[in-house]
Amino acid sequence: MNQPRIRVPRSVRAGEPFEIRTLLEHPMETGLRQEGGRAVARDLVHRFVVRVNGEVALDASLRNGTAANPYHVFWLRLDRAAELDFNWTDEAGRTARATARVAVT
Amino acid sequence: MNGRAFPAPRRAVLALGLTALPAAVLAQDSPAVAAAIRELAGDGPFEERGITLRLPPLAENGGQVPLTVQVDSPQTADRHVTAIHVFATRNPTPDVASFRLTPHVARAEVQTRIRLAEDQRVLVVAVLSDGTRRRAAADVRVGQGGCLS
Repeated sequence: MNQPRIRVPRSVRAGEPFEIRTLLEHPMETGLRQEGGRAVARDLVHRFVVRVNGEVALDASLRNGTAANPYHVFWLRLDRAAELDFNWTDEAGRTARATARVAVT
Repeated sequence: MNGRAFPAPRRAVLALGLTALPAAVLAQDSPAVAAAIRELAGDGPFEERGITLRLPPLAENGGQVPLTVQVDSPQTADRHVTAIHVFATRNPTPDVASFRLTPHVARAEVQTRIRLAEDQRVLVVAVLSDGTRRRAAADVRVGQGGCLS
């Protein structure tokens, strides 16, 4: 899969919400679309998991109705410096991953 | 958007799309939608409050419709949103996505982009750590359908 793009601050204040944006370039083919009279095979990223120091923070199940190039914006907060881990998995088991280190002041 | 470009009845629809709809309107789910909600969020009553659902009233491209769901919640260990489920009531398959949240998530808010096949109502169900469930809905008019093309 393509290398995902993430936008994460390098440092945040302890306990204060901060925004994260993620984008994975992926067709998210539903299997319903026709091209040249034939159905395009289904090819879906069905899971997106965000971990903070190894603990699951957000676990998303994506289905047909999620648009191509899945894009997500959400808010985390940290009490101490953290390793953030972002994982996308498609229905064939392929994965894409990004990580970021966030300092806390 | 220039409101004068639309005749009066459509303007009324546009206004509705931005606000939560009353309980009476929400009560008529199709069997497929009701089954999807039951499977993901369980059975029981819904509170019709505490969710802000943002969708454009008119989506030119049904393949990329921006959606923001915001649930009122302190997001503490004791009181937080555990799941947000999104349903597109007139898509070929109504379930769009489910987000499971923990208290690491500072605001019970998720923004994404969804596919809508045609004009329809989008439903959002939130499940809270105390077991209560909330729902909200918004109507979207779709220009070019986003599922089959």
